Amino acid sequence: MKSPPLGYVRAMDMPDVFRLRANAGPDARVLAGGQSLLPTLAFRLSDPGTLIDITRVDALRGIRLVADGALRVGALTTHAELGRDALVRVRVPVLADAVGLIAHPAIRNRGTIGGSLAYADPAAELPAVCVALDAVVIAVGPAGERRIAARDFLTGLFTTALAGDELIAAVEFRPMPGRRTVIHELARRSGDYAMAGIVLAAGPGTPTHDPRPVFFGVGDRPILATRAAACLAVGGAAALAAAQAALDGDLDPPSDQHGGPAFKRQLARVLLARAVNSLIDARDAR
Amino acid sequence: MNDIVDPRSLDRPNSYIGRSVPRPNIRKLVEGAARYVDDVILPRMLHAAFVRSPHPHARIVRIDVSAALSIPGVVKAFTGADLAPHCEPWVAVLAHLKGMKSAPQRPLPLDVATWAGEAIVAVVAETRALAEDAAARVVVDYEPLPAVTDMETALDPATPVIHADLGDNLVFERTNESGDVEAAFRTAHKVVSATFHTGRHTGVTLEPRSILADFNRATGQLVVHHSTQAPHMIRDVLARHLRLPEADVRVICGDVGGSYGIKVHVYPDEMAVAVIAKLMGRPVKFIADRLESFSSDIHARDHRIEGRLAVDAAGRILAFDIDDLTGIGPYSVYPRTSAVEGNQVVNLIGGPYDFAHYRARTTVVLQNKTPTCQYRAVGHPIATAVTEGLVDLAAEALGMDPLDFRLKNLMADGSYPRTSPAGMKFEGLSHVESLEALRKMIDYPALRADQVAARARGIHRGIGFASFIELTNPSPFMYGIGGARISAQDGCTVRIDPDGTVLAATGVTEQGQGTEAIIAQIVAEAVGVPMSSVRVVTGDTLATPYGGGTWACRGAGIGGEAALRAGRATKEAALVVAGSMLQAAPDTLDIVMGNIVDRAGGAVRMPLSELGRIVYFRGDTLPAELPRELMQTRHFITTQFPFAFTNGIQASWLEVDIDTGMVNLLKHWCVEDCGRVINPMLVDEQVRGGVVQGIGGALYEHCVYSPDGHLLMGSMADYLTPMAAEMPDIEVGHVETPTRESALGAKGAGEAGTAGAPAAIMNAINDALRPLGARVFAQPFTPARILAALGRIPTETA
Repeated sequence: MKSPPLGYVRAMDMPDVFRLRANAGPDARVLAGGQSLLPTLAFRLSDPGTLIDITRVDALRGIRLVADGALRVGALTTHAELGRDALVRVRVPVLADAVGLIAHPAIRNRGTIGGSLAYADPAAELPAVCVALDAVVIAVGPAGERRIAARDFLTGLFTTALAGDELIAAVEFRPMPGRRTVIHELARRSGDYAMAGIVLAAGPGTPTHDPRPVFFGVGDRPILATRAAACLAVGGAAALAAAQAALDGDLDPPSDQHGGPAFKRQLARVLLARAVNSLIDARDAR
Repeated sequence: MNDIVDPRSLDRPNSYIGRSVPRPNIRKLVEGAARYVDDVILPRMLHAAFVRSPHPHARIVRIDVSAALSIPGVVKAFTGADLAPHCEPWVAVLAHLKGMKSAPQRPLPLDVATWAGEAIVAVVAETRALAEDAAARVVVDYEPLPAVTDMETALDPATPVIHADLGDNLVFERTNESGDVEAAFRTAHKVVSATFHTGRHTGVTLEPRSILADFNRATGQLVVHHSTQAPHMIRDVLARHLRLPEADVRVICGDVGGSYGIKVHVYPDEMAVAVIAKLMGRPVKFIADRLESFSSDIHARDHRIEGRLAVDAAGRILAFDIDDLTGIGPYSVYPRTSAVEGNQVVNLIGGPYDFAHYRARTTVVLQNKTPTCQYRAVGHPIATAVTEGLVDLAAEALGMDPLDFRLKNLMADGSYPRTSPAGMKFEGLSHVESLEALRKMIDYPALRADQVAARARGIHRGIGFASFIELTNPSPFMYGIGGARISAQDGCTVRIDPDGTVLAATGVTEQGQGTEAIIAQIVAEAVGVPMSSVRVVTGDTLATPYGGGTWACRGAGIGGEAALRAGRATKEAALVVAGSMLQAAPDTLDIVMGNIVDRAGGAVRMPLSELGRIVYFRGDTLPAELPRELMQTRHFITTQFPFAFTNGIQASWLEVDIDTGMVNLLKHWCVEDCGRVINPMLVDEQVRGGVVQGIGGALYEHCVYSPDGHLLMGSMADYLTPMAAEMPDIEVGHVETPTRESALGAKGAGEAGTAGAPAAIMNAINDALRPLGARVFAQPFTPARILAALGRIPTETA
């Protein structure tokens, strides 16, 4: 299919972005990697009238350490850049691990972290990582920057806390010494959206210390499984089984093409066990 | 000179038959230099887009195209009523499928939409984008009607009848019976049974359906560039339904990006494009996009099969008893019909085995879903899954090893020709030799040992087998006797040009599978020239002999034999001239690698180019009465057997994750016997590609409908085609039992992989799950279905 008739404008800096957006009206969409937006145009599922290309805006680029030791990842950082960045690998290695699970190389070469968060697909990897790591989304609008916790940013199915005139400038990951995070997902084929996935952060020390299991692909957004987390925190031989059982209270998965709620819950239980075991394995390997 | 081809000695001159030579057209294809229909751009060309029904079943109350036509660049819109006077409707039935019925179909329906995705209105515009803009502004008022979606209840009195004139939703039923089935089951030592489902899926071609129709009012000629398997059949259909002389229709089929059976059917939207081009006197192009392909390309394999198998105490199969039900959408598809798949099922079940009593019934019903029709290996994967699923159950019930049980029951290799209980005539098969070859390839004891060791570690691996037969080289018994104007004959013209190069024009077509390569190999060997000297012309009804094209695995066996005969005839003709020029008897000469040589000794007498030069430019130097017929045409049709059956056996080795229900394919093997192998590399590619498509049906591909008849998947993101990362290594072995109907001896090889793979996968999964008491029989074998079979989750409808 062909896109509906579209205007295209390219912003060169942030003031440009705000000016062009104000001119283009509320239906206009920001174009970054285009990996979700462009297919919806080709499917004629959206008709934004104008696309505002932000890919030349330098202020939205780059990966660097900021004053409080946090890692700031610019919104335009592509998945491929994230996956090969040396700072990321040292500071937030699970981001690089997640990249390996995102679609295919061609998509990783264009898709961006800002785009992934703004699109807020509940089966996407990076939003779940951001929630598990308690990352901060930095929204920027004409009035300036706003810091929003990732868990508050993702408000539902394909919806976020971004205001109409805002866009994502960057995502910040606080330093968390000694904390370990793993990501697992189950997909029918390599590169598919996961049937279910988990990001589990825990530590420092044992996996029972402040565990933060976040599931994706089983709800309308990344789901922090608080009951299961509480069970894991208790520790001991029965903790995992208790946590798996507690997932019934944490998750209310909708059906999708792969299966119904019971299927999704089964996968979630398996993922929880695999994530916990891989944290233990990682600890043992040291 | 006209011996049966024997490639056992590959060191003979021009020995291309039997060799893995690269295909000459591969560079064009991989460099993006091929020419598909969408690459053809004609002056004054318009683009068509279709408004498609969002309803599975609805009365079309009103159509308003005024807003669409107001867009600059939008030229015209057509409804069913606009096109109906200009196109004869078609009814897809075959006379030999007794009692079959279907409703008349038109390019666009007149007043009732019968599936979600059916083209209702055509819009033509200067560009495809404009045509889509316009299509979005066409207003169609529908009055939704109750949809027939469940094939199990399609014939219930309470179910609406889709076409009132037909009286009911029954298209065709047939019971194929021989022996005394009831008695066999009564006296059986063991009876096993299961209900199988094969998932509705479709063939996803890289190049979508494409047509560019160009009607010239001044000449009265319709030229159609078409991505098709059967140019002459399409020409016949266009001529008859658009009321044109056949000679005024030319179908040109350039490069084709995959077909798999999808492109051998008459599609109403494509017919609409041809009618519109004729009405407007302008070229009109339609390239289906991926989204509309999913709901308008034919689907296939929507079957429920109940099967029983009876065995005696000695482990011999006594009888099969099968009840097949299939839903085909609202129309039988023209001209091959949608009853053939079910008909194949009742012809092919039990095919590899030696037993006496057989009953198989198929019931073909209408439903408000995308029409189904022939897709790669038509009916074979279904019949093989049912047969081999029951065979494994029987082996298990008897406590026998599945290979031993097969060996005990397969038709013996020396027992041909023979006729199966289903009435299929077999010229010569090699089930036992193939099984023994497979047993060696897979190192069966090692696999079983690995399986035991893995189970001790909580890893569940399984091995599954599937013996199969495949119907190839069809005679007119497939379609022609039923009244379909589908050629089972094919032809080839071979011409020697002045520079000694050779042109071969053939009626079989290239879909990306390598037809042109094997025709070049055969002609090069037959004439006696290097393969680099041969050019092959396919896919143009004005330039090639009349023929059937590509379907039912006939390119090599039928088209190849015609090429061999035409090549040999051309060589003979050239040697007549050479004999005159060299003052030698023609039978003392030969042509080897482009040179006229002495048959004895091989001394080069002159290059073929010298012969060409004399014939074409200095014919005055030859005796006046000397024939100089350097262009010869030969045709071939099979006459002794309705089909040349092939056979083979596949094995799948896989691992089931019993916590997630996911299947990890570890390895796949196929030993197949397609008769004479012309190009082993291409045959291996065909088998591997076919296996992968079979795996797709077994594990991934599924056209899922909501209970009310809406197609729930719509893109490559949710229609899961098999991808390289999940595919196992596929080892291919060959046994060669040439058909004696031809000198070439080749049978078809394109569908064997697809025929056997789903059964092998199913049996391997069930082998892995056997200690856990779980079994799956419904394809695709999704994680959720496997977990449900294991009792890990309740059976869910999602």
